Amino acid sequence: MKFDVDKDGYYGSFGGAYIPEMLYPNVEELRSKYLSIIQTSDFVEEFQSLLKSYVGRPTPLYLAKRLSEKYQASIYLKREDLCHTGAHKINNTIGQILLAKRLGKQKIIAETGAGQHGVATATVCALMGMECIVYMGKHDMERQRPNVERMRILGTTVVPALSGSMTLKDATNEAMRHWINNPTDTHYIIGSVVGPHPYPDMVARFQSVISEEIKNQLLTEIGNPFPDYVLACVGGGSNAAGAFYHFLNDEHVHLIGVEAGGHGVDSGESAATTALGKPGILHGSKTLLMQTVDGQVVEPYSISAGLDYPGIGPLHAHLFETGRVEFMSVTDDEAMVAGIELSRTEGIIPAIETAHAVAALAKLPLEREDCVVINLSGRGDKDLETYIRWGKY
Amino acid sequence: MKNRITTLFEKKKEGILSVFYTAGFPTLTDTLPIATHLEAAGVDMIEIGIPFSDPVADGPVIQASNKVALDNGMTVPLLLEQVREIRKKVNFPIVLMGYLNPVYQYGVERFIRDAKAAGADGLILPDMPLKEFEKNYAALMEEVGLCMSFLLTPTTSEDRIQKIDALSSGFVYAVSASSTTGTKKDFSTQQEHYFQRLKSLNLHHPHLIGFGISDRETFATACKYGAGAIIGSAFINRLNQSSQLEKDIPTFIKGILKN
Repeated sequence: MKFDVDKDGYYGSFGGAYIPEMLYPNVEELRSKYLSIIQTSDFVEEFQSLLKSYVGRPTPLYLAKRLSEKYQASIYLKREDLCHTGAHKINNTIGQILLAKRLGKQKIIAETGAGQHGVATATVCALMGMECIVYMGKHDMERQRPNVERMRILGTTVVPALSGSMTLKDATNEAMRHWINNPTDTHYIIGSVVGPHPYPDMVARFQSVISEEIKNQLLTEIGNPFPDYVLACVGGGSNAAGAFYHFLNDEHVHLIGVEAGGHGVDSGESAATTALGKPGILHGSKTLLMQTVDGQVVEPYSISAGLDYPGIGPLHAHLFETGRVEFMSVTDDEAMVAGIELSRTEGIIPAIETAHAVAALAKLPLEREDCVVINLSGRGDKDLETYIRWGKY
Repeated sequence: MKNRITTLFEKKKEGILSVFYTAGFPTLTDTLPIATHLEAAGVDMIEIGIPFSDPVADGPVIQASNKVALDNGMTVPLLLEQVREIRKKVNFPIVLMGYLNPVYQYGVERFIRDAKAAGADGLILPDMPLKEFEKNYAALMEEVGLCMSFLLTPTTSEDRIQKIDALSSGFVYAVSASSTTGTKKDFSTQQEHYFQRLKSLNLHHPHLIGFGISDRETFATACKYGAGAIIGSAFINRLNQSSQLEKDIPTFIKGILKN
């Protein structure tokens, strides 16, 4: 498949493993073992069984009637918000914790932005009885307080990242430093399709269950596995990678990645990486990166903590470059309005990350017979304070 | 002209002291005077750090110096200008060390040529993959006459150590522990075993031991097992507290070298 990672970990010119030697043994151990481990029947069985009985998969594909009426098209919501812990993130953490166990690791670390990946990691660590430390930007800890407490209730230590803008990028830096200092007994569960090879491929594979189910469910529902559009928000891009994965070679399916425009792409306060980024190297891979001409990483901005990242996964950089996925951006205000709209029309309060994907509906040239799938990646409980502060409802 | 790093290691087989500091720190124009003070104090070589916004392999001290340097306005072109000035004043080898992205944005080939033209003798780019270097840049480095030092750590396999040795030139950078910079105080027995193992491998290139070298004792220990050692965080800490570089730098170096 032309969108698969190559043997050196590249998607076209993006990807690879740009890591200091201190991380090499860990990353190399993963690279040399991940495929053989996740393809064993024993792994597949345990993974599938937990996805079914613990996560609650398959998640429903729901025809949103009132939203469809409004936009004059058939709009389906892939209900990842109904996964245990409230977002798609747990698909990946279940996969990685099973892998970590098979690698003989005793401790888990993770980074988190909105806290959804942190909660999903804390959850699987409680499930498996493993010690867990989650790094989270201090600023994100303030705006996503409920998730911080959820992690603590689950027995995880949450460590504030105090450098930079104190958001997801900085939490990732701290997690990498921790891994450098604890190289043998610790597995780093990266939450998105970012990081050195094999992380982007591994995380995409664990999330690919989303598009696998969409195909099966559409076939049952409308007799055709192919929608006209699949929409997903993109921070690092894990839910989008999962929602696009099994459609990548079906080129008649329009794939739309929605980035966080913040106050507007040209405002200087944005996280729209494909619009503002250039090829660069951060967190172990070559990808599109928001940076100065001198190669310093720019602090991104978004109202949504989960999209507040200056890069995107190398797979997405490749999908952008080849034109296979169309990227657009949605501002803070457009996302908030869409979040309220979905709440009022369908009775679903989405995560603010997810609300960005919903907001993109208004920007598509939809026709009555179009079938649209929005990946409803997470629920909005964690964002109540942000909704309240925004206030326009 | 022969590369100054190669010449240094030919002349001096032990006790080499290399000092790392961040360009543009504590103030933007300190890069030059720090170099001249270090040479006058008897340091054998310097590694000038190219500041980066996201130094993932560094501990708090070097992280903070990177931030200060960037806030001061340090950039890659400015650093190369400063290296040109430093080269007029000093004779010891100058190594430029930094994360790949700023170099990548400048253009790696262009950086190699300009670094050499400015008077640098070697590069250390810790997140440059061996394969990419071998494929794209090794020939150019050799052509212009710049040395490349790769890092190895206590967990680097023997096969890979051989590969790192083969792709490096000048010297190999032996990281003393699996850690970020500046974190440890004393060496453990385990670390000394690793130093011993490294010494017994008889690599083609001499190696300097770095990370966790902070004082006379750790420097002396490192020198038992390698051609010398690199001091970074401890020196930057000293710069942080210094009000008189011309006085404090010689005092600090004397403290390290004193027998």
